[in-house]
Amino acid sequence: MAKSTKKLIKKTTANQLITLGMVVAVYIVVQIMIAAGVMSSLMQGLLVPMCTYSIVAIGLNLCVGYLGELSIGHAGFMCVGAFSGAFCTKLLAGTISNHVVLFLAALLVGTAMAALSGFLVGIPVLRLRGDYLAIVTLAFGEIIKNIINVLYIAKDTDGFHFAISDGNSIRLSEEGVWLINGAKGITKIPHLSSFTAGVILILLFLIVVYNLVNSRSGRAIMAIRDNRIAAESVGINITKFKLMAFTISAAIAGAGGVLYAHNLSTVTATPANFGYNMSIMILVFVVLGGIGSFRGSIIAAVLLTLLPEVLRGLSDYRMLIYSIVLIAVMLFNWAPKCIEFRQKVMARLKKNAGKEEA
Amino acid sequence: MKKAVSVLLTAALAATCFVGCGDSSGNSGTDDNGGSSVNSGSDANAANDNDGGSTADGLAFKIGGIGPTTGDAAIYGSAVMNAAQIAVDEINAAGGINGYQIDYKFEDDQSDAEKSINAYNSLKDWGMQILMGTVTTTPCVAVVDKTLEDGMFQITPSASSTDVIGGGNVFQACFTDPNQGTASAQYIVDHSLATKVAIIYDSSSVYSSGIEATFVQEAEAKGLEIVAEEAFTADSKTDFSTQLQKAQSAGADLVFLPIYYAEASIILTQANSMGYEPTFFGVDGMDGILGVENFDTSLAEGVMLLTPFAADAQDDLTKAFVSTYQEKYGDIPNQFAADAYDAIYTIKAVVEAANATPDMSVSELGTALSGAMTQISVDGLTGEGMTWQESGEVSKAPKAVVIKDGAYTAM
Repeated sequence: MAKSTKKLIKKTTANQLITLGMVVAVYIVVQIMIAAGVMSSLMQGLLVPMCTYSIVAIGLNLCVGYLGELSIGHAGFMCVGAFSGAFCTKLLAGTISNHVVLFLAALLVGTAMAALSGFLVGIPVLRLRGDYLAIVTLAFGEIIKNIINVLYIAKDTDGFHFAISDGNSIRLSEEGVWLINGAKGITKIPHLSSFTAGVILILLFLIVVYNLVNSRSGRAIMAIRDNRIAAESVGINITKFKLMAFTISAAIAGAGGVLYAHNLSTVTATPANFGYNMSIMILVFVVLGGIGSFRGSIIAAVLLTLLPEVLRGLSDYRMLIYSIVLIAVMLFNWAPKCIEFRQKVMARLKKNAGKEEA
Repeated sequence: MKKAVSVLLTAALAATCFVGCGDSSGNSGTDDNGGSSVNSGSDANAANDNDGGSTADGLAFKIGGIGPTTGDAAIYGSAVMNAAQIAVDEINAAGGINGYQIDYKFEDDQSDAEKSINAYNSLKDWGMQILMGTVTTTPCVAVVDKTLEDGMFQITPSASSTDVIGGGNVFQACFTDPNQGTASAQYIVDHSLATKVAIIYDSSSVYSSGIEATFVQEAEAKGLEIVAEEAFTADSKTDFSTQLQKAQSAGADLVFLPIYYAEASIILTQANSMGYEPTFFGVDGMDGILGVENFDTSLAEGVMLLTPFAADAQDDLTKAFVSTYQEKYGDIPNQFAADAYDAIYTIKAVVEAANATPDMSVSELGTALSGAMTQISVDGLTGEGMTWQESGEVSKAPKAVVIKDGAYTAM
């Protein structure tokens, strides 16, 4: 008995190491390809978005797969991270010249703000039973977008200027700069994101979530997911652990947002980039990759970010093909017949391999 | 099991079928881009299909275009894509630029900053030397960052924010947003169209809120009274009765709509059903309102808009352009199309002025063209004697257009 438990732990650890190793291997291959000059500009441009969506998918998978709560507002947390991070960069750009320090500061602020908003949203909602989190996070995502669209913050020699909805009331002096300009969002953000930074963040968050999931707290979180009443009866503080998982999930999404904002020189809160559709998109990454599987989330995020761009040659038909591929992958992953078929194939392969060994 | 296999096979068949369709149509799409010249029957263009076999040394200027051909703003992107194609065909038929043909390719960005960067990178892989784009503002701000990095010469037909320009290598073929706001206010005051003005604008759009801000400033300076300033956002653009009621109860006799035509058409319909009949005054985004499906165009009678282009202007250039466009694509070109057409001819003018050749590197070409840009003057569809400042801003005179008998008529 003791032996088998030991083996089991080893297996999960090995599994986690494989995931980390895969990320590192892909990173090395990509770097070699860039150095050899065989990677197209399109692919190079897609590297950071792939990292961004992988990170957010990891965050959401923690929430959906381990906490067992549906969140359809992760784009909202990404938005909070993106704007607070970019705001911080704009503010500090004049005083800190080192890009790494500047990015770390933005990352800290963005992640902390997203964590804070996740915490605040979680306090009332996570006490409830049922699917209220889905509804509230959906609302949160929409509210954040609209708040940012009416927020005007500027800085000039007289200090800071704030306005809500009435941007015209701010009269800036000559050298004044807009930090957040309503619907125009934040512009002229220094380009600080890089593939290396993205990969480091992915590795960092993978280590964080793996450690969390396999810790005492992680087991408590999964116990709540599996049976709330049983968990409560053994003295687990339900709200505390739920809040903990959800806040970490939001924080990771926020970090993804910081990476997103510093990859583009402009960030605006439009439905296309931080709206409901984006939240669903991230959920699709998680579901397609396999709920509870962080490796799957990363693979799904990378493939699905890549797919519409690879299909560019098909011009306007690519969105059609894209959706068909989505359905096909979904069926392949989850249709009972498909699973049966895959198992049969796997069994046959194993049998053959076994015969050869013998 | 058999069933599963048959389903799989059917799916595979269907998929290949779709891929087949997609491929062929994709190709025909690029053919449209590369040289629909086959239709026009000029052999100089037909040769251009095979990547510049038309010139002795096989060189061609590679001009890329970026804009939304799918999604909400597709009508603008498609107009730009088509009109630029017409200009490219004409230039190629007339012997190209400095004797070199133009290769032209257009990529979709769905009006999203991230996708726009992808489109840009994809065009770069194709070998783009000059960028005509992007069509919408927010993606343009992101792409400008990249062209600056690469030193690529860029001219945008319609991204009108001031955030776009200033890099030195980016030029606009359209008015800047502040310019539009100021010009609108000035026009209203100069022609004493109204005393009390209401504004309905999209606070979540860079374009709309940009124009609104400068309109308000100029109106204040000119003593125009603004009685209502009502905003909506991209999430709430289906019902405008509240905003219209506020404008009506404030007694506004002119409603300024610095918004796109899709929302404007709803506003006109709703104003009509509540019996409110002020003068509606729009800017260039209003252009295209007559093409909205299921919209009663008689409601747009008397709507004024400030736009540099009127499709029924009587000069030869406009007439020729409109008839070619109609023949090829079936609708009346809007102002975005005209700006794109002018942008391509501006590229021609500036390349000739700089005496540039296609074998120059992207950044050499960028430096040469940006330097020559301030020295040229272009007569186009959207203005005569258009000149450019070093910042990238264009100077040309705005024209006001009124919708009369279901057509845009110059005022």
